[in-house]
Amino acid sequence: MLMLYLQLFYTFFKIGLFGFGGGYAMISMIQGEVVTRHGWLTSGQFTDIVAVSQMTPGPIGINSATYVGYSSLVNAGYGPLWGVLGSITATFAVVFPSFVLMLLISKFLMRYKDHPMVESVFRGLRPAIVGLLAAAALLLLTEENFGTPREPWQFYISCFLFAVAFVGNQVYKMNPILLIMGCGAAGLLLF
Amino acid sequence: MNIYLDSFRTFFHIGLFTIGGGYAMIPLIEAEVVEKRQWVNKEDFLDLMAVAQSCPGIFAVNISIFIGYKLRGTRGSLTCALGTILPSFLIILGIALFFQQFRDNAWVERIFKGIRPAVVALIAAPVFKMGKSARVTLTNIWIPVLAALLIWQFGVSPIYVIILAGLGGFLYGHFIQPHEN
Repeated sequence: MLMLYLQLFYTFFKIGLFGFGGGYAMISMIQGEVVTRHGWLTSGQFTDIVAVSQMTPGPIGINSATYVGYSSLVNAGYGPLWGVLGSITATFAVVFPSFVLMLLISKFLMRYKDHPMVESVFRGLRPAIVGLLAAAALLLLTEENFGTPREPWQFYISCFLFAVAFVGNQVYKMNPILLIMGCGAAGLLLF
Repeated sequence: MNIYLDSFRTFFHIGLFTIGGGYAMIPLIEAEVVEKRQWVNKEDFLDLMAVAQSCPGIFAVNISIFIGYKLRGTRGSLTCALGTILPSFLIILGIALFFQQFRDNAWVERIFKGIRPAVVALIAAPVFKMGKSARVTLTNIWIPVLAALLIWQFGVSPIYVIILAGLGGFLYGHFIQPHEN
């Protein structure tokens, strides 16, 4: 069990340390570590937690650390109190690197932010983060999230809901919470 | 009023009332910290945002650490960071405690079947917006495409992609760019 806590800490520490580009880009990292690498959550469970994060206050990095910390312990068969300790571990770990970095930056680095070297590092980073985000979306195109064409009803409704949410958000700038709630209602009626 | 208590309450409030994550928090942080409390001026706030954005980690937490440090050093930043984190920590913990039982409920199952495709769409939608603000053009579009393929098809960890991209940018700026023109 100690091993699981150490893994949680190390995993979320890495996510906090390399999580450039804010919430959505972090999703790809959390998914890579939590779903692909450790299998603490399935891709369906992971999508659910992203949905819950969208509807509850606070940054997604904190939300998923808290949730994964809890459920990885509980899914491994330990009681809820151990789960709470898991949430504390993961949440602390995801914040810790930025805490140290931001303190250092507050002290020393503020004046280097326009340095050409820093600028050129970011010329590589910025476009890569866009790719990270695309990968997060592509990796979530799973059977668990969409069903399969063998069950056409669920599959095509899912594709339709995907299209509605995409266009609603991208073209009509609709509120994501409203879109999620609308699609939840559609799911209740149609499935 | 005690500045620790005051700053904790301010950031707790910010953490509690911003739904939708990091960038949705900016206007609220600005209203509270710049306009109402005047802990930093507008210009410093913009600088601080640029730095917090280019640092790894959670944007809103980074900002709270910065402002806390400005107010009362390390202890101030601990106070503000805790204030930002605590509301979502407690809410998600509450949900996690009950969600496990309630996930298997047939109704909840159907609702989430509808929600999942929408969430994937909400992750896909900002790709294009971010592409624009990250200044992706025809000359560097291979970078996001390659990054996405490495992660999606070859199972490379996003962490290595980030390290590689930063290193690549540095090497390009250091060795190749000076010899162009």
